[in-house]
Amino acid sequence: MTTMATQLGENGTSPEKLLAPVLSAFWDQPESWTLATYERHDGYQGLRKALAMAPDDLIAYVKDAGLRGRGGAGFPTGMKWQFIPQGDGKPHYLVVNADESEPGTCKDIPLLFANPHALIEGIVIACYAIRSQQAFIYLRGEVVPVLRRLHEAVREAYAAGYLGTNILGSGLDLDVVVHAGAGAYICGEETALLDSLEGRRGQPRLRPPFPAVAGLYACPTVVNNVESIASVPSILNRGKDWFKSMGSEKSPGFTLYSLSGHVTSPGQYEAPLGITLRQLLDMSGGIRAGHRLKFWTPGGSSTPMFTEEHLDVPLDYEGVGAAGSMLGTKALQCFDETTCVVRAVTRWTEFYAHESCGKCTPCREGTYWLVQLLRDIEAGKGRMSDIDKLNDIADTINGKSFCALGDGAASPIFSSLKHFRAEYEEHVTGKGCPLDPAKSTAWADQNPHPEVNA
Amino acid sequence: MTATPPNSEVSLGMPQLPAPDYPADVRARLETDAKEIIARYPDSRSALLPLLHLTQSEEGFVSRTGMAFCAGLLGLTTAEVTAVATFYSMYRRRPGGDYQVGVCTNTLCAVMGGDAIFDTLKEHLGVGNGETTEDGGITLEHIECNAACDFAPVVMVNWEFFDNQTPQSAKRLVDDLRDGRTVEPTRGAPLCTYKKTARILAGFPDERPGAVEATGGAGPASLVGLRLAKGEAPQRVVRPRDGAYPRDEPRPGAEHLSSHDAPQQTSASDPDHPAGPAAEEGE
Repeated sequence: MTTMATQLGENGTSPEKLLAPVLSAFWDQPESWTLATYERHDGYQGLRKALAMAPDDLIAYVKDAGLRGRGGAGFPTGMKWQFIPQGDGKPHYLVVNADESEPGTCKDIPLLFANPHALIEGIVIACYAIRSQQAFIYLRGEVVPVLRRLHEAVREAYAAGYLGTNILGSGLDLDVVVHAGAGAYICGEETALLDSLEGRRGQPRLRPPFPAVAGLYACPTVVNNVESIASVPSILNRGKDWFKSMGSEKSPGFTLYSLSGHVTSPGQYEAPLGITLRQLLDMSGGIRAGHRLKFWTPGGSSTPMFTEEHLDVPLDYEGVGAAGSMLGTKALQCFDETTCVVRAVTRWTEFYAHESCGKCTPCREGTYWLVQLLRDIEAGKGRMSDIDKLNDIADTINGKSFCALGDGAASPIFSSLKHFRAEYEEHVTGKGCPLDPAKSTAWADQNPHPEVNA
Repeated sequence: MTATPPNSEVSLGMPQLPAPDYPADVRARLETDAKEIIARYPDSRSALLPLLHLTQSEEGFVSRTGMAFCAGLLGLTTAEVTAVATFYSMYRRRPGGDYQVGVCTNTLCAVMGGDAIFDTLKEHLGVGNGETTEDGGITLEHIECNAACDFAPVVMVNWEFFDNQTPQSAKRLVDDLRDGRTVEPTRGAPLCTYKKTARILAGFPDERPGAVEATGGAGPASLVGLRLAKGEAPQRVVRPRDGAYPRDEPRPGAEHLSSHDAPQQTSASDPDHPAGPAAEEGE
């Protein structure tokens, strides 16, 4: 792809200046997942500072820092904590959403694999703030290597006195249970997650009441994303001003950006909020050699797709929102010109149809019919009127279901039709896909037969 | 091996007789585990998902016997348990292989080669999606996004990560599994059987020595940003690790990828060594 100097400052293009590893700062150290390594890198120092504060002051501090939820919606974390009614005589619960399943999203799983104690420390801090004595980590089941490390991290934390009774002499008692899910994307939705944790089918609840009032077992509950909670210890340890020195006023701090797809260097890039995809590509070798960016998602498949024209959109909550999408999970899936957008959207839609919990009719039926139409179009059996019908069905799903899964299913339809309607039409008029999927593979350009090299 | 025959998909005929109970010794053993699971939760019903994993660790799938067992312990009806067991994709409804090979065919992995890998394995193993090889060794299925997109295309075996796969590496992987060779994932512990994996999912830590630390810390793609931030030159991702890092080799960030290194190809794209890490290890 073309890379050009942008309106960056003089020294603004070097990765050292643009990136800010915090959660990932010591992932390259030996046995990074252990308590010993974590403690060597300021581990559990934030907790000590938190325990020296009054819980309400702690909530205010995190709120002032401006930390926003990293699971997709961007809701202020401190405000979620503040909503928990105090002195109500009921147990309070913290539930960590580690059900990372949004297509393209791959930040919490490597974080927990390499540095699970950042989450554990964040949990203790959060529970102290909201006066909870019981936390759950709801981890998707399909990641056993991470489950192992969480089991071990929790064991280590108990042994060291960071969990259990009278933590660090503060009087705080806290138990943490690691709970493995069983394969359902919908359980990443916070109320479906709570139903699942209660031993039911994971189906979203009608709100209100919100989980802060009636969550797990109908008790006040905070549900936070892994990265949100894991970001808290560093805010306490290094201060809210340090945190606010990164990012923008409304989107302060650092976050993990996950670059994947047709790029030279897929991986995790931790940076202040507001970095652009162009900057990330410039520093990391760009789109794979000889190819151009065609479309990309800013935050997983549920966020409307972007194209080359959006390379300079600041990747923070406001910037991406103003450009017509959502920051979501910062899952930057990049696809080059070899990729058929109809194929990509069809596959995502099959995913949504498979994962729709079936509770709401527009989502359950709509995703089914979208798949039928898309498969026909992809196979060259579609009609021009099918393209408008896709739009109509997506419109019938969008905003008309309990949870955001339906909206997420509509996003790739709307955005791909907006940017690539001609490609859909080409599938209809040309009776099939004009692109060769073999050219999209990771090994396409390293084919041993030189005549097909790009 | 199993206490009940596999369920037929949908039956509109005569209602089935109640499921038989587990043999007494099995039941006693499972009850001990189940009580430990139930004790973790303020409300016993929360134990249902782990309990279903536990029954899979016994039988390799969720049988009617297993569901009746869960229902009895939690004071639920079998209908309530069945409703949950059929909702989640990790619960098998019929017996399967010792190794569950899942190929990610969600959009990004599919485009990067997951579709080709899945087609290759279907042909190579002679089974379709969700089917088990005749020797009972491998159940093949396509899976949804498994949160490893920066390692695409990804194959999971018993929910351990096999990153940056190719059709050739995946073929060698399943051959090694069928031939009983030791197979180690790119990220995760040496493979154990599906049943043993299910026990970990039920919340019982993996007690095998070295299981937690197997394959070291973060995978190579996870470290790309960190290395750039430390001032190392932008490079292609190093080829996926070919096994665990040597234990005596220190791994403080700066050991690889200086700007003097020639650009390295990923193993997935290296024509001379088309096999991915799994196959190399298995040899």
